[in-house]
Amino acid sequence: MAIEQRGGNGGPRGAGGDAAVGGAAFQAADGTGVGIILRDKADRALHTQDMTLNVGPQHPATHGVLRVLVTLDGEMIEDTQPVIGYMHRAFEKLAEARDYRQIIALVNRHDWVSSICNELGVALIVEKQMGLEVPERATWIRMLMAEWTRVLNHLMFVGSYPLELGAITPMFYAFREREEIQALMEWITGGRLHLTYCRVGGLKQDLPRGAIQMSRDLVPKIRGRLREYEDLVLGNEIFMARTRGVGLLPADVACSYGVSGALLQASGVPEDSRRTEPYCFYDQVDFDVPTGSNGDCYDRFHMLIARMRESLRIIEQVHDRIPPGPVNVKLPKIVRAPEGHAYVRCENPLGQLSYYMVSHNEKTPWRFKMRTPSFNNVSSLPYLLKGTLVPDMIAVMGSMFFIVGDIDR
Amino acid sequence: MIDTLRDWLSHYWVLMPVKVVVILLVFLTVPLVVGYLEHKVMAHMQARLGPMEAGRFHGVLQLVADGIKFVQKESIVPKAADKWVFALAPAVALVPTILLFGFLPYGPDLVPIRSDVGLFVVLALGSVSVIGVLMAAWSSANKYSLMGGVRAAAQLIAYELPLVLAAAAVAMQAGSADLAVIVERQDTVWNIVYPWHWFAFLIFGAAAIAELTRPPFDMPVADSELVFGHLTEYTGLRFAFFLLTEYAGIVVQSAVAATLWFGGYKGFIVPSGPWWLLLKVFALSFVVIWLRATFPRLREDQLQSFAWLRLVPVSLLLILVVGFVKVGF
Repeated sequence: MAIEQRGGNGGPRGAGGDAAVGGAAFQAADGTGVGIILRDKADRALHTQDMTLNVGPQHPATHGVLRVLVTLDGEMIEDTQPVIGYMHRAFEKLAEARDYRQIIALVNRHDWVSSICNELGVALIVEKQMGLEVPERATWIRMLMAEWTRVLNHLMFVGSYPLELGAITPMFYAFREREEIQALMEWITGGRLHLTYCRVGGLKQDLPRGAIQMSRDLVPKIRGRLREYEDLVLGNEIFMARTRGVGLLPADVACSYGVSGALLQASGVPEDSRRTEPYCFYDQVDFDVPTGSNGDCYDRFHMLIARMRESLRIIEQVHDRIPPGPVNVKLPKIVRAPEGHAYVRCENPLGQLSYYMVSHNEKTPWRFKMRTPSFNNVSSLPYLLKGTLVPDMIAVMGSMFFIVGDIDR
Repeated sequence: MIDTLRDWLSHYWVLMPVKVVVILLVFLTVPLVVGYLEHKVMAHMQARLGPMEAGRFHGVLQLVADGIKFVQKESIVPKAADKWVFALAPAVALVPTILLFGFLPYGPDLVPIRSDVGLFVVLALGSVSVIGVLMAAWSSANKYSLMGGVRAAAQLIAYELPLVLAAAAVAMQAGSADLAVIVERQDTVWNIVYPWHWFAFLIFGAAAIAELTRPPFDMPVADSELVFGHLTEYTGLRFAFFLLTEYAGIVVQSAVAATLWFGGYKGFIVPSGPWWLLLKVFALSFVVIWLRATFPRLREDQLQSFAWLRLVPVSLLLILVVGFVKVGF
């Protein structure tokens, strides 16, 4: 939906002049729906007008190109409308023209900080449809990599969220840790961002020499650093003042919006598809699903750290359980999934990721539907932002922990 | 020889240009050193190195290089901007800050402009910069700038009161608002040794950081919300002037705090002199930078309630306590 601005030149004086006459400052160009309407507050003692503010697509707090149309009464937010699609890359359509094995290189791009988890989802769905049995070693290694990816992803948000509240230091600490994990990932896969390590039927290659030991050494190190974050950020009075009781998301509202991941857990729902609908060998490892009590920004941030701790626990267990053996099955020259459909649900770092695939016994899927966590999580923004202040908007938006590519796909 | 020089210098029209040049030199160098300090201190607190290239040794000339860069940048004025106000705003912010340097006592006989109410002149001049901020915010014709300006105005009004009250506590103790006299009264012990002055210093510190719109009180330029507040539309030299104002502000407020509570130019072991003041300024600036590296920023309403509900009552109580002490002992 293209939205064109009819009112003023963006300046405070210009906007005031036009809105007084017209009223509707934003309207969809195709006439399908009116966007945000500026209201005259003539009934007040002091005549005031709402101001419409475009937060994004180029705004430091939107990590990329999410755009939020905000109607402000002073600093109070009256209405918000997230405008998405600036990063739409048509992955679902592209997948229809790709070999089943090529989709893996495609999906690690929609949520670019959790590439392995996305790849894992595709590998699982194609294997499910084809009825492939994956070697045990490959599955355990996949879990190892998926959990490290989760830590990597959460570390990024642990760094960037305080940054949005004005604390610049945690960002650098988080990226110091990320760098160490990235080194491990690079050693194993050769890549840093789009790792493309999973394959249909297994993995690209076996673990290189020393990888397990490297991973083993890293766990206590990262765990120690997590305590530093808790001291620096969670225990900070200003951080608490900014996030406690801000952006309250009750469990029922969260469920009705399809919110998942750390956000849902913060609202007190212990939903985690690794536990409720286990894939890989998640039913064989011991871990807890952390939950928050209030569902505010503080809880959501706390969930990240708690989830990282659980991931580290899983990683420790996986180290001892990786059996020897092959990491791949031999695939036919042309991979065809039999006719039918399959559905796979994974717990991605950002929330629930689902893939739904319909195949017609061809070389490519007939339909490949993605259900990405950020899309549903961000859709709860208008509910959360109504009646909050502009600084809270940043606190709430940051606590949605979204990746724009994951919204727009 | 020295006598002749002294005779010459005692002449008003000779002395004044010398003062002006020296003050300008101080103004142009000390804030740069604080700026460099900020780069390096924050970098090391954040597990990085900071500038390492410019000036060969650990990036010592980084800010000079930045200055040259700013001079070369194109000065962009938004089409809808109020051009005169837009152009004038950096000067309105900068000039009072330069003037402030003239009122500080640098040594026993080194007070460029001595005034009986020096303390209050300093505080009054410090708040003139707000007008520059407001001018910049309004004339930029940018919504983010406007919001930043409104926040800045509200914040600076709120924190002016505790700032003056905390300083007044010292003036009462010294029995004078003359900065040179205040320093002289701290000949035996610094003001900071008295417990009630701990509170005065902390209130002054919080209020001064708020006046400077430095973290954790940097709502007016909150980069993640308002892009860069009133500075959003500024480029090149004009932007550099605002930056210079900020660093010069840190220096001046640190110098005022050092004068009021830490004995100004007075020291121990090493003889008293401007170097002591400089040392204290750097120490206090370090704390200001440290705060920036540690804290997130407060929300606008929390900021206001912190000023009106905490700082103002405490500082009023403080005035009362200092009054009792002064009369009682």
